[in-house]
Amino acid sequence: MSEAIYVLIDHAQGEIRTASQESLVIGQRMADDSGFSLHALILGHEVRSLAEELAGKKVNSVVWVDDPKLEEYDPDVYCEALSQVLTEKQPHLLLMGHIYQNIDLAPKLAAAINKGLVTDCIGYRKVEEGFTFVRQMFRNKLNADVQIRSSHPWIVTLQAGSASVDDLQEGSAEVVAQSAELSSVQARRKSLEAFEVTKGKVDLSKAENIVAVGRGIKKKENLKIIEDLAETLDAEVAASRPVVDSEWLGRDRQIGSSGQTVAPRLYVACGISGAIQHIVGMKNSQCIVAINSDPNAPIFNIASYGIVGDLFEIVPALTKRLREL
Amino acid sequence: MKIITCLKEVPARDARYQLASEGTGIKESDLTFEINECDEYSLEESLKLGEEHGGEVAILTVGRRRAEKSIRKGLAMGADRGMLIRDEEGQLNSPHAVAVALAEVLKGEEFDLILAGTQSDDWSYAQTGVLLAELLGIPHATIVMEIQADPAQKKVKALREMESGWFQWVELPMPSVLTIQAGISQVRYASLKGIMQAKKKELRTIELSDLDVDWSSVPQVEVVRVYFPEVDKKAEILEGTTETVVEQLVEKLKKEAKVL
Ligand SMILES: Cc1cc2nc3c(=O)[nH]c(=O)nc-3n(C[C@H](O)[C@H](O)[C@H](O)COP(=O)(O)OP(=O)(O)OC[C@H]3O[C@@H](n4cnc5c(N)ncnc54)[C@H](O)[C@@H]3O)c2cc1C
Ligand SMILES: Nc1ncnc2c1ncn2[C@@H]1O[C@H](COP(=O)(O)O)[C@@H](O)[C@H]1O
Repeated sequence: MSEAIYVLIDHAQGEIRTASQESLVIGQRMADDSGFSLHALILGHEVRSLAEELAGKKVNSVVWVDDPKLEEYDPDVYCEALSQVLTEKQPHLLLMGHIYQNIDLAPKLAAAINKGLVTDCIGYRKVEEGFTFVRQMFRNKLNADVQIRSSHPWIVTLQAGSASVDDLQEGSAEVVAQSAELSSVQARRKSLEAFEVTKGKVDLSKAENIVAVGRGIKKKENLKIIEDLAETLDAEVAASRPVVDSEWLGRDRQIGSSGQTVAPRLYVACGISGAIQHIVGMKNSQCIVAINSDPNAPIFNIASYGIVGDLFEIVPALTKRLREL
Repeated sequence: MKIITCLKEVPARDARYQLASEGTGIKESDLTFEINECDEYSLEESLKLGEEHGGEVAILTVGRRRAEKSIRKGLAMGADRGMLIRDEEGQLNSPHAVAVALAEVLKGEEFDLILAGTQSDDWSYAQTGVLLAELLGIPHATIVMEIQADPAQKKVKALREMESGWFQWVELPMPSVLTIQAGISQVRYASLKGIMQAKKKELRTIELSDLDVDWSSVPQVEVVRVYFPEVDKKAEILEGTTETVVEQLVEKLKKEAKVL
């Protein structure tokens, strides 16, 4: 039997999630590098059209598990379904996006089948033993290469943005229905309807300019200098999560994976370190300016212009200069 | 209600890292350590649940001896007792191994709820709490922003954060594991009285060798190299005095980026 790579395809509102498309791109690369076969694995109920859409990608097959119990995500049911598929197919590897649902699911699956799991990877390297996986840690300041030493299947989750969906290769494959015996699984967790909280409040996605503030501002009273800069730039004020957690600004001003996604013309990040959960919400800004006292802050890896210095000096000076224009 | 809070000690937020000579970790000797950010929030939540429903809050840590300082801080904030699974050599080098150790100790404990953080600020795996739940055979919910416990009915409701400002309530039977997200509430400070009392509270050390675990059956995931990331697109760093960098920036924003 040839070795296989499986990619779990997550979907919401009848669409394949971006994170899964990115995972599929990585899967395609890994398959090319190793000669392993590649399979898209989709769970759900009445998602034939998505399975057929996947069949138009460059994969060896689309493995499709249909069951009414898979209609909504539940950790017990999804874990059981995946355990059965992995136990039967014994792939080398299962890839999935590091989205909230898989943060909830992947470790449970790893413990249930007692297999190795590496989370939140940004890439991989082909090595003799198969693959090592690259992940960020220590608040994105360091990277690590991680090797799973125990038996297959390995489970790997991939960080949002680890590949570009534009690189997804087309192809033609067969959809193979796969059965899972789920009648005996008891879902212990009861999920209620999901709801959106920020709706109807500040919509930062329309802002042309944004001045964003992070924990470097130190306390709420210091926000004045940020507001002044925002005013001179005709910009909206936004924030990283800790600023919102401390209740210095409202939740509707948070940028990032659990906040809003923006792509303004100008994004000025003041005292923000540049954690991935923040970056995913603003990396498509046209021009990013970072002001941070730490020369190694990861925000400088994505900014256009950087100023290494004390925001309490730089920000007021910048405001003053802009007012003279 | 009996609540267990998993608490990890991590390098302080503003740490400047240096690589250890073996290349598979960081130099720890010059660093200071503190309680992992979301574990502070999960402790706060445990204490609030304890106050609301009565009962006990116990802290559980895998770490080196120095982690006692963080456990004492938790005791000063109001936890009743602490347990340190002492791993002086850092042998438990994967979240799976840590979860196995935590589960082994918890088999000898009675509890209604286990609270852990969403993720650690050092290795950032976002795995341990969920692994622990599955190893103990109990349900879990992740990235929790609000808790409503009903000990009489042995049920707990948790508000799960989802992407982009979406939330969802889930209901779980107890015992269960919740992983707590930073910002769930405002963390209290230890009072002077709390700090005095903490000195007298129980802090039990459990040696790794006391655990009855077949480590060879735990999946092995190994960090083979740690390094500073190479980046292809780096910011143009503007240098000089405050006046000159501000002047340069305004010029660049006007002429190069054309955003002013
Ligand atoms: C599931 C999950 C979801 C998350 N969602 C989000 C999200 O949506 N949005 C988000 O932002 N985060 C999110 N986070 C949190 C994220 O991981 C980081 O913790 C957070 O982004 C850090 O915010 P920060 O940069 O403001 O703070 P820190 O990381 O503490 O950085 C503060 C920065 O300020 C600098 N600084 C300090 N003093 C000064 C000074 N005087 N002058 C200049 N610079 C100074 C420091 O050098 C440092 O770089 C999430 C985390 C998880 C686990
Ligand atoms: N060594 C440890 N001791 C106690 N709790 C831990 C330990 N490692 C992880 N945890 C808990 O698990 C959470 C998630 O950690 P991680 O899986 O490493 O991201 C942390 O916030 C802690 O609550």
